[in-house]
Amino acid sequence: MPKVTVDGQEIEVPEGATVLQACELAGKEIPRFCYHERLSIAGNCRMCLVEVKPGPPKPQASCALPATDGQEIRTDTPMVKTAREGVMEFLLINHPLDCPICDQGGECDLQDQSIAYGRGATRYTMNKRAVTEKYMGPLIKTIMTRCIHCTRCVRFSEEIAGVDEIGALGRGEDMEITTYLEQAAEHELSANVIDLCPVGALTSRPYAFEARPWELKKTLSIDVSDAVGANIRLDSRGREVMRALPRINDDVNEEWISDKARYQIDGLSRRRLDKVFMRQKSGKGRGKLQEASWDEAFKAIAKAKPGKDIAAIAGDMVDCETMFAAKALLKACGSTLLEGRQTGMDYDVSNLAAVNFNSTFAGIETADAILIVGSHIRWEAPLVNVRLRKAVKRGAKVFVVGPFWDTTYPAVFLGDELSVLGDLPDEVAEVFNSAERPAIIMGGAALAQGALGAGLRFADQFQLVRDGWNGFNVLHFSAARMGGLMLGYAQKGGMKDIVEAKPKVVISLGADEMDFEPFADTLKVYIGHHGDKGAHAADIILPGASYAEKDGTYVNTEGRVQFAEKAVFAPGDAREDWTILRALADALKVEVGFDSFAQLQSAMIAEVPSLGEEGLADLGGLPKADEKATAEGTISAYPIKDFYLTNPIARASEVMHRCSAELLHGGELAEAAE
Amino acid sequence: MLADKDRIFTNLYGFQDWGLKAAQQRGDWDDTKALIARGHDNIIEEVKASGLRGRGGAGFPTGLKWSFMPKESKDGRPSFLVINADESEPGSCKDREIIRHDPHKLIEGALVSGYAMRARAAYIYIRGEYIREAETLQAAIDEAYDAGLIGKNAAKSGYDFDVFLHRGAGAYICGEETAMIESLEGKKGQPRLKPPFPAGAGLYGCPTTVNNVESIAVVPTILRRGASWFASFGRENNKGTKLFQISGHVNKPCVVEEALSIPFSELIEKHCGGITGGKDNLLAVIPGGSSVPLVPAEQIWDAPMDFDGLKDLGSGLGTAGVIVMDKSTDIVRAISRISYFYKHESCGQCTPCREGTGWMWRMMERLRTGDAAIEEIDMLQQVTKQVEGHTICALGDAAAWPIQGLIRHFRPELERRIEEHNAQFAEAAE
Repeated sequence: MPKVTVDGQEIEVPEGATVLQACELAGKEIPRFCYHERLSIAGNCRMCLVEVKPGPPKPQASCALPATDGQEIRTDTPMVKTAREGVMEFLLINHPLDCPICDQGGECDLQDQSIAYGRGATRYTMNKRAVTEKYMGPLIKTIMTRCIHCTRCVRFSEEIAGVDEIGALGRGEDMEITTYLEQAAEHELSANVIDLCPVGALTSRPYAFEARPWELKKTLSIDVSDAVGANIRLDSRGREVMRALPRINDDVNEEWISDKARYQIDGLSRRRLDKVFMRQKSGKGRGKLQEASWDEAFKAIAKAKPGKDIAAIAGDMVDCETMFAAKALLKACGSTLLEGRQTGMDYDVSNLAAVNFNSTFAGIETADAILIVGSHIRWEAPLVNVRLRKAVKRGAKVFVVGPFWDTTYPAVFLGDELSVLGDLPDEVAEVFNSAERPAIIMGGAALAQGALGAGLRFADQFQLVRDGWNGFNVLHFSAARMGGLMLGYAQKGGMKDIVEAKPKVVISLGADEMDFEPFADTLKVYIGHHGDKGAHAADIILPGASYAEKDGTYVNTEGRVQFAEKAVFAPGDAREDWTILRALADALKVEVGFDSFAQLQSAMIAEVPSLGEEGLADLGGLPKADEKATAEGTISAYPIKDFYLTNPIARASEVMHRCSAELLHGGELAEAAE
Repeated sequence: MLADKDRIFTNLYGFQDWGLKAAQQRGDWDDTKALIARGHDNIIEEVKASGLRGRGGAGFPTGLKWSFMPKESKDGRPSFLVINADESEPGSCKDREIIRHDPHKLIEGALVSGYAMRARAAYIYIRGEYIREAETLQAAIDEAYDAGLIGKNAAKSGYDFDVFLHRGAGAYICGEETAMIESLEGKKGQPRLKPPFPAGAGLYGCPTTVNNVESIAVVPTILRRGASWFASFGRENNKGTKLFQISGHVNKPCVVEEALSIPFSELIEKHCGGITGGKDNLLAVIPGGSSVPLVPAEQIWDAPMDFDGLKDLGSGLGTAGVIVMDKSTDIVRAISRISYFYKHESCGQCTPCREGTGWMWRMMERLRTGDAAIEEIDMLQQVTKQVEGHTICALGDAAAWPIQGLIRHFRPELERRIEEHNAQFAEAAE
């Protein structure tokens, strides 16, 4: 470990650290624009200059200079001060003074650092450079005159997203950052460049001129658009969620979130269920949904006298508390008809480790051979794809069973036949035999074909579980899935069992992807927040709260328990889901055993202790594989047909529809226009 | 004056054919096998002993540079030699003469020095505008391949060595060694951060040395005639012969091979027929290509033309592209034009150069007409200091130095223009 002195203070720094990191370890703030921990070092902004001895008698860019033993680093000399002032002055001469109308204002690195390190006034009196706007798609708004050419966006799309879309044209002061042929940036993580941009050159188009950062209430939340459980921060003003931003969590989402997680939030204020509705049984409006009161609705449900013939179907975005409240209600009624796998999957859940992402997201980066079975990871979990890209950069080999999708890293497609799982081509088997950390990732398309057993056998055959490594992974894409499975939302035969039980009442907890047809004679109660498919099929609609409007526990696909906080109040008459279920218990004259959210939570934790602790739940070891398990059939398609429209919030979002139309179907539209 | 027998570039003016046969008659490719047989380290030692300093501008000792290359590849990476023929410095035109009239000196030099530094191949990166030169060089390379002088078992030495020619696309910055490597790799020509230095990770991440055409082309002759012969020219630390390129206000502009440390006066009087209008008509000289500060007439006249002599004058030898300016020159305009060149050629990667070159050029344009305030001269000086030494590569320095030279030596002229201009407007305002 090299020893260096920073401003006279001697510290030891880790091997391979840069001078900038050494200064930070010593508690010195080093201004920077181009440097970013998760991107490669560019060293082009020259803001992080410090004085280093031994070395040439000029300031050095600390971000790019390795810290070596015996270095004497000064961050407080006149040379450093003038160097920073000089660079800041250069950055500002062509930067417009439009902070009052700039969306970055208040959270702008350039603004902050010019106050701390800049000169008081400008000496540049000539005309400033103006740069034409570049089109970067429906999410990214560009004001390229503000660009300071730090190239963070370029490096992000090349290195993290793996899509060569953004680059620089021209040279010198005429250099301009642009997308290829000025087409929209077309990947699932594109909007992260908005966070990366240290100035207001790339800002959020849907959020343009909406709010100032200091007006917003910041709430720590968890994203529910997929099963990654990205840590997000919801910024709200009054009753409206204005934007979602990523929080840093190296175990889950690092510093990124998908475009859907970021921009589906405008769906939170559209197509909302904010009143109780009941379907008219007779009269003029027969079959139509009519506004009603809570009382009428509860009476109608009680009138159906469900007894123990009541079932609950969990949607993809509900929290554990809601699911537990429904479970408690059903238990009080004497029923265990719980299911969350709306599309009818019936994989074995007797061992939860067998349906979990055991390698963890951070762990999968270290895998050296990965078999993806039936998962379009870029759409099902874009942030996991980022991890896989990192693994490939470290030398991992990736193989995919299923139809082709653009992986952003080299991968070998082994065809659509699932039988290949038990009969790998020799060269592929060789890779897995010699791998030190082999892994398999089973996606929804594979589970739907009943390939879980074959996957477990594969894990056994290639010893995916070894000392300090568990390479068996199932990748879900519903935020509620793992929590639901932990709470017992699974029947042996899946949805089929529920249908066969012929319940009198079905409570749909925001379940929008299921088929309601078999329940034609059943009273369908929909507790949810959006007027989507589930609400259209329901007989009674009880308006609930979305993830932004309630506290709740979520478990992501790695079995990581995370807690989200309530950012805003639900609109209109909508209530937090658990209160609705509690009131329903009264209507049905049963006892559920809780009267407050705290009581509900402690009852839930008493039943499933791991839900009480944030972090990875201990799900035990993998079950013994069935020697005879094989997989048959082909994966003809992946379950997600449109990345931007996978859940009721996103389907209510204008921004997501625009993305879908332009980024996924733009080519078709252009063709049709010709 | 350098005797004809001591000239390395005997066909500098193209009086003879450039082809292989003619080159062999001039002594090139003469028993190259024996040169190579001396061994890697022996050649490097010989070049070190000759005192050869890089001819591309920076003047780094060539032999020392080669010795940074790995002695053996620990991880299977090959080493490469990159030859910088992207001669774009205003005032320089020596590599062009070598390539079009004596290309075999370069190719033989590539083989010998490539062998010395254990390189697998040499890439010659030639300036895009050198179209005929590229054709000639390619033809010469083909000739050498056909004659078995390079390629497998090059010159029967048992050493495999390839030479590739790569044409640039017209960017000055690609003459910077790491930008050249980027460009060779097919990327945007922008300098890389150092460290890592090319000798550790250069072309395609492999150990690489980038040398100027002239540095490489003189190596076989140094080996043949001995380090002591080469070191017999010039002063201590400034050994050898050098191609000087004299342009501007002299009676006979020329490229000429001379011993280093030759006094400026001798160079001008003996080879260029003197300054136009005589010695007294000399205003200033830019002695090393556009990026070094100018030197006024009275200081340059007796100065020795070598690295240290010109450094003492606050300038530099650079590529020895001597730009002579007589008293008819609008010196401010001349420097302003150079500033425009650097503004135009800045790659735009790092802040001080991207923003500073434009600022400096605009300021120079105003000083040219005098449309400025006296204080702005000092401000311009400060701006050049803010660029110099703060950038990734040396282009920032190169853009700053000419202006610093102008302010150092011609400040009265700048002030006179400002006063005249402002007086004119003061009159009009009354």
